[in-house]
Amino acid sequence: MSLLEVRGASSFYGDFQALYDISLAVQEGERFAMIGSNGAGKSTLLRMIAGLLPARGGGIRFDGQAIDALPTHERVKLGVSLVPEGRRVFPSLSVEENLLIGGYRGRRGHWGLGRVYELFPLLKERARRSAAVLSGGEQQALAIGRALMNNPRLLLLDEVSLGLAPVVIRELYDRLPAIAAAGTTVLIVEQNIDQALGVADRVACLLEGRISLAGRPAELTREAIAAAYFGI
Amino acid sequence: MSTTSATAVPPFRVESATPASRAAAVVGLLLLAVLATAPAWGGSGFMKLLIEFFTLLALAQMWNLLAGYAGLVSIGQQAFVGLGAYGLFVGTDRLGLHPLLAIPVLAAVIALIALATSLFAFRLHGGYFAIGTWVIAEVFRILVSGAKEVGAGNGVTIQGAAFLGPQGRLALTYWLALGVGLGSVILVAWIMRSRLGLALRALRDSEAGAESLGIDVFRTKLAVYLIASVGCAVAGAIIYLSLLRIQPNAAFSVDWTARMIFIVIIGGLGRIEGPIVGALVFIGLRETLADFGSLYLVILGVVAIGLTLLAPRGLWGLFVARFPMVSFGAQPRLVMGAQTPSGAGPPPGTTPTEVA
Amino acid sequence: MEWVNAVIQGTLLGGLYALLATGLSLAFGVMRLVNLAHGDLNILAAYLALVVVTATGANPLVGLVAVVPVMMVIGFLLQRVLLNFALGGGVLPPVLVTFGIAVVVQNVLLDVFSADSQGLDAGPLENASVTLTDQISVGFFPLLTLLVAVGVLLGLQFVVSRTQLGRALRATSDDTEAARIVGIDHRRLYSIAMAISLGTVAVAGVFLGIRTTFGPSDGPQRLIFAFESVIIGGLGSLWGTLVGGVALGVAQAVGNQVNPAYQALAGHLLFLAVLAFRPSGLFARRTARQV
Repeated sequence: MSLLEVRGASSFYGDFQALYDISLAVQEGERFAMIGSNGAGKSTLLRMIAGLLPARGGGIRFDGQAIDALPTHERVKLGVSLVPEGRRVFPSLSVEENLLIGGYRGRRGHWGLGRVYELFPLLKERARRSAAVLSGGEQQALAIGRALMNNPRLLLLDEVSLGLAPVVIRELYDRLPAIAAAGTTVLIVEQNIDQALGVADRVACLLEGRISLAGRPAELTREAIAAAYFGI
Repeated sequence: MSTTSATAVPPFRVESATPASRAAAVVGLLLLAVLATAPAWGGSGFMKLLIEFFTLLALAQMWNLLAGYAGLVSIGQQAFVGLGAYGLFVGTDRLGLHPLLAIPVLAAVIALIALATSLFAFRLHGGYFAIGTWVIAEVFRILVSGAKEVGAGNGVTIQGAAFLGPQGRLALTYWLALGVGLGSVILVAWIMRSRLGLALRALRDSEAGAESLGIDVFRTKLAVYLIASVGCAVAGAIIYLSLLRIQPNAAFSVDWTARMIFIVIIGGLGRIEGPIVGALVFIGLRETLADFGSLYLVILGVVAIGLTLLAPRGLWGLFVARFPMVSFGAQPRLVMGAQTPSGAGPPPGTTPTEVA
Repeated sequence: MEWVNAVIQGTLLGGLYALLATGLSLAFGVMRLVNLAHGDLNILAAYLALVVVTATGANPLVGLVAVVPVMMVIGFLLQRVLLNFALGGGVLPPVLVTFGIAVVVQNVLLDVFSADSQGLDAGPLENASVTLTDQISVGFFPLLTLLVAVGVLLGLQFVVSRTQLGRALRATSDDTEAARIVGIDHRRLYSIAMAISLGTVAVAGVFLGIRTTFGPSDGPQRLIFAFESVIIGGLGSLWGTLVGGVALGVAQAVGNQVNPAYQALAGHLLFLAVLAFRPSGLFARRTARQV
């Protein structure tokens, strides 16, 4: 049984359909990458899984349980944590308070303040400072740390590399093995194909709201990916 | 209009009227013609009721214009009702003007006052704007209550219209009320079909978007604020031309705004016919529940809350949703196809697309 | 000397205004709700205290023990049953719903209690005075009021800055969607915020009821004072609200010295002046949000 199963789900922004009949399954412990260009629907998919957008038509199951009717905070309680596009750290809270609020639902597990600080030492240095004064890369680290504080079973990463310098991106991606090693399943959404292929066990490509390609990175050719990505 | 590009724009026109609105306009005009003659045959009780209806209608249309169209929720319109009342007093009793002259004069002065108050009010937004307008109304109430020249806390009585005789005054007030009621409907309809109306609609959807298109948000809102203020003042003057006795606590009471709000919510926000329906229901409710005292206001409050949460388009909006044919238009529709003989509606094969 | 006295009285009064304003400020800060029923709920609290006092003969300050929890429950339910549904749909619904609640509360009170002015009697405390210097003595009760106001604000500050609940309130106020993502049930949090808001309203209501008389239609006046305190002090800052309340109290006391009829007017003028010259208030928050 897959940890996350999406079956035939569509999503709309008003009249505009962003996702058409999406089906995918993510196994526990897996690292699954969703690639696609801007506007392909990747963030929409993550927001739908997190419960910020309703899934129409089909269904979403988490660990065998249907979660379509559950509001976002209930899904968080079950262990679904989203690191949203744009970081969205809380400016009124300090770095440490942001992490503490990440543990709001009180899920126990490997991750706590200490372990998150181990993973991201720069956060410890800035613990008392307001989250608003952090740089982009630091905020991204904070957002990931905050999500980890929930001890999620499924971590959803939305465009982690957006707006960051390559060296910063690499540092973040270098942490992924540590996160996955703790047992967290990771569903990562990326525009950057190389990064995504580098960490993923399986990858799927979204094009204009539909899945255009799926498989293991090793099995997919450059041309196939480019075709699926750009829709040529 | 012709183009030489490969994708020529198909012929279209923008329509606001519907078969129902045309029918209603005809019926309405007939009704008004009959009502205009009321001083000849109507009893004074009947005429006073109609004066109340038409002035409340005007007040509600102004509030609707502010809140429903411009998104400015004001709880301070009573400031202008009171200023209109006192303005009339000053005009007829202190300056010896005929009421027909006093009203335009006070309108002009109050426009300037409204301009001044807007400087303060527009520093606030949303719910705080609402309370801010209330504070401004309170300031006026306190100032007037302390001004001996206009009777201070005891108020004044309008005597400058006595020369008309009781019948004459009633008739004049009646026609003025009819005029302001009808005028408010026409004014709002006209505004919504004008450039200002387009700007308002754009504002309502997205302020930032409207601004990026070059719409001066501040000027647009200010224009509506001024119009609504003057409208309330004129209505207030007419109301007190009928009541004659002006007391500051009553003239500047927030109850005026409460009435406007209830009428608009009941009838439906943002639609021209809403306040008409609302005023009818309001007066009807008031007459039926008159014996219940303050309980009547409780019922009104509960109804208002219920409607806001359950039927934001008001009773009329519910009705129109159920029977769209009855819509009185004023929401422009894009009708594709060439010009058809008037009254025939869109030609077969084309579907009107709601643009409202 | 009279002016010094006026300023002192004004400061003490201002503490009460600050307490009154805190609930309004909290509701706006957390959920962008401007509660037009705030003043009328304040009066309701005073009447509840009256009921308790009449039934048990206890001192109204003791009656707080009953009034505060009741008002908190009322706040929680109001938010849960009505106000949560009015939020998120623009400016109008919350204004209309809270206005409707204000009208209902006012008129129910009028129906049940009649229009007579009432007062809460705190016994000998009310007239006791504390001597500060040879020439200045202040009433014990107003001083107590200021201390209670500061105490409540300190308590609130503690909750907001040191507890998980406080963090959740701040987070939700910053970014509701991100708050949901970390697992916060924002609707439930709103209800809690409203409960706290009405808790402070209850305290303010009882103290105001002891200090002055009250009647069913006094609500709007209270709302206006609370609102003015918030604006003068600046949005988003609890201590700004204290400053704003005190500034309003002092302005009113000074106005009262000039002419008792101008007490409220003096406050209105200060409010308008702040609006004209320093619209973000005396203590505006760093990340100033639009009102």
